[in-house]
Amino acid sequence: MAELQFREAIRAAIDEEMAHDENIFVMGEEVAEYDGAYKVTEGLLDKYGSKRMIDTPISELGFAGIGVGAAMNGLRPIIEFMTFNFAVLAADQIINHASKIRYMTGGQISIPIVFRGPNASAGQLSATHSVSYDSMYAHFPGLKVIYPSEPDDAKGLLKSAIRDDNPVLFMESEQMYGLKGEVSEEDDYTIPIGKAKVKREGADVTIIAHGKMYHVATQAAQKLSNDGVEAEIIDPRTVKPLDMETVVKSIKKTNRCVIVDEAHPFGGLAAEVGYLIQREAFDYLDAPVQRVTLPDTSAPFAKNLFDEWFPSPDQVIEAVNTVTYRK
Amino acid sequence: MAIKVEMPKLSDTMEEGVIAKWNVVEGDKVESGDVIAEVETDKATMEVEVFDSGTILKILASEGDAVPLGKIMAIIGEEGEDISDLVEEAQSGNGAKEETADSEKEKQKANKSEEKEPIDPVFGELEQNGSEQGTKQKSASVTDDGRIKASPLARKMAEEKGIELSSVQGSGPEGRIIKRDIEEYTPSRQPAAPAAMPSASKEDKEHRVSQMRKAIARRLAESKYSSPHYYETIDIDMQHVFAARKKLNEASDVKISFNDIVVKACAMALRRHPAINSSWKEDTILEHGDVNVAFAVAIEEGLVTPVIPQTDQKGLAQISAESKELAELARDRKLQPEQMEGSTFTISNLGMFGIEEFTAIINPPNACILAVGAIRDVPVVENGEVVPGKRMKATLSSDHRIVDGATAAQFLSTVRNLLENPLGMLL
Repeated sequence: MAELQFREAIRAAIDEEMAHDENIFVMGEEVAEYDGAYKVTEGLLDKYGSKRMIDTPISELGFAGIGVGAAMNGLRPIIEFMTFNFAVLAADQIINHASKIRYMTGGQISIPIVFRGPNASAGQLSATHSVSYDSMYAHFPGLKVIYPSEPDDAKGLLKSAIRDDNPVLFMESEQMYGLKGEVSEEDDYTIPIGKAKVKREGADVTIIAHGKMYHVATQAAQKLSNDGVEAEIIDPRTVKPLDMETVVKSIKKTNRCVIVDEAHPFGGLAAEVGYLIQREAFDYLDAPVQRVTLPDTSAPFAKNLFDEWFPSPDQVIEAVNTVTYRK
Repeated sequence: MAIKVEMPKLSDTMEEGVIAKWNVVEGDKVESGDVIAEVETDKATMEVEVFDSGTILKILASEGDAVPLGKIMAIIGEEGEDISDLVEEAQSGNGAKEETADSEKEKQKANKSEEKEPIDPVFGELEQNGSEQGTKQKSASVTDDGRIKASPLARKMAEEKGIELSSVQGSGPEGRIIKRDIEEYTPSRQPAAPAAMPSASKEDKEHRVSQMRKAIARRLAESKYSSPHYYETIDIDMQHVFAARKKLNEASDVKISFNDIVVKACAMALRRHPAINSSWKEDTILEHGDVNVAFAVAIEEGLVTPVIPQTDQKGLAQISAESKELAELARDRKLQPEQMEGSTFTISNLGMFGIEEFTAIINPPNACILAVGAIRDVPVVENGEVVPGKRMKATLSSDHRIVDGATAAQFLSTVRNLLENPLGMLL
C-alpha cells in the first residue's frame, strides 16, 4: 500500500493501463504539454509521447466525437474534460452516440471509451461550474457512471473503466484531487464496476453517500457516534450500475435510511435509490427514507450563500434524527 | 409633522387588538385610505386604514402583539423627520396617552351596563368543542378513516409476533407505530388499562388564546352565571317539512335548507310571542320591535353568530340566500361587526353532526336560544300502530328573569305547529 493523492491514484491507473495496452490514448484540453489542468496526467507526455497524449483546442464536441470514432475503430480513448460542466457541449456525442452505437449496430460495434474529469462544484465557482452530472448521465441506457470518493476506489475503478468495452463516465471532484489515502500497489488491482462498499458499520441508520458527499456523511457519522447513534455508511461508488443488494442488506439491519447526494433533488440518484428501497425493502422500513440534496436552485457565488446551499453534516444529522425518531 | 397611528376601536367591546399582519414596512409610502395592517379583534380580523399620507417612519408593534386601544402602532411623517420623542412616548408607555387609553377603557367599562348591550359574536356550546377534541385524541395512531398508522416494519413485526396493532400506542410522528413500540410492547399493557401506559404520554401544549376565544370565554361565562337558564325540549314531527322542502327546492333557484325553515318558523313564532323576543335591562324589559334571528356558525377560531335582520319579514328564499352568504363570510373571517349586531334570538343547530339533543348557552342580551338537533328516522305510534316517522328535537334555553316556563312552552308549541304544518307559514 502507498499513500497517494486522489490525482496520483488516477494517474497511476492511467499509467499502468497505458503501459499494458498501446491502444489506450488520452485526449483533451491541456492534458499533454501542460501536464493536465489539475496535474492528473503529469509526466505522461514524456513517457508515452504526443501520439498517445493529445492536446486539443477548446472543442468538447469535436474531441469527444473523435474519441467515439476512434473507439469504433478499435482504439481505447480516455477523454478528459476540464470539468463535466463543459462536457454538456459534448452531450450529443456522449448521450446520442457513445451510449447507443452498440445497441444500434446489434452489438457489432463496441465503444470502449472513458470520459473523465471533475464533476460538481469546487467551492466558489458559481452556477455554471458547479453542476453534478452523475445522475443525468446515469439516466441514459448504455452509459456506466462512476463517482468514487477515495483514492483507492478511484484507482481500482478507473482501471476497470479503461478495460470496459462500454462507454464509462468517470467523475472526480476538484475538491478531492489533493485528498490522500492508502492505495493498493498490487499488480493488476481492479475494483469491479457496480459494487458498493460498506465503509462504516453501524446498526442504527444507513447513510448512502458517494463522491464528495461520502466525506460529509463521515463527518456527520462521527458526530452522531458521540451522541450514541451508529450510522452505517454505504458508498455506492458506481451510480450505474447501482448495487442495491448491499443497500438492501444494510436497510434490513438498520430499518432506516438517509441518502446524501450532491445533486438537485428532482429525479436525482437520491430519488431513484429512495424508490428502489421502498420497492425492495418496504417491509423493513421503520420510517420514510429521507434525503439530503442541494436545493432546487443553481449554485450561489457568495461564500455564505454557498455554505448554506451545499449539503452539510448538520443537515445529515437532522435527517438521521428524523428517520430514527429521535427529535 | 409626524402623525401617530393609534389602535382604533374596531368594535364596541374591543379593548385591545392583536396585529395579525402588517401590510407595510418602515420606509413605505402610504396614501390616505391605504390599508396598512390587519388587526384581530374579539370579533373579526379587521383592516386598519390610515387617514394621512406620508412615509411609515416607525412600526411599534410586531405581528402577534396585542396593542391596547389608543396606543401608538406606527408613526407616519416625512422622510428624515425626527420622531424620537414620539417613539419614546410610545415605548415608555407613559404620559397622557396611556392615561387616555386607560380612561377610555374605564369609560367603556362604566358604559357597558348602560348602553345598549353590544352584541357579541361568540356563542354557545363549549361542550361541543370539548367532546369533539375528546374523540380525536382517543387514539393518535388511528387516522380519520380508521386506519392505524404504523411503519411497514412495525406492521410486519406485529404480524410475526401476533400483536394487534390496535392495542399498541405509537410513539412516532402523529402516533405512528414504529419498531420500538412493538419491541417494547408487553401484553400486560392492554388497552383496557389506559392509565398504565406511561411511555405513551405526550408533551403538554399551550396555545395562545385568541381574542375571539377570550371573548367566547368571557361572554358565555357571564351569560351562564348571570342569567338563570332553564331548558324545555320539544319533539317535532318533520315529515311535512321534508315533503315541503322537496317541493320548494324543485321550484326555487336557491336551495332551502332545513335550518332555513327552522329560522323562518322561529321568526314567525317570535312575532307572536314578544316576550321571547326581549332583553333583560335590570329595571326594564326591552321588547324588541324587530325580529332579528342570529344563527351560530362554528369556525376554526371559535363561534360567531351572524344576524339576519328583520327575519320575520323575509321569505324563505331570502333567508336562505342571506344565511348562506353570512355563513361563508363567517368562515372566511370576513364578517363585519354590524353583521353580528342586533340579534334578538339565536338558533344553534348541531343536527348536521348527528347530535340528537343538546342545550345551548344564551347569547346575551337575548332572552332565549334554540338548540336544534338532527332529524331522525324513528318509529312512532299512530293509531296503535308503529309507523316510520321523522322527528327533530329542539331545546329552548330561556332566561327565567324574562321568560317563564309556560311562556317558553307556548312559544315552542307555536314553532312546532308551524313546522308540523308548514303550509301555515304561507299565511
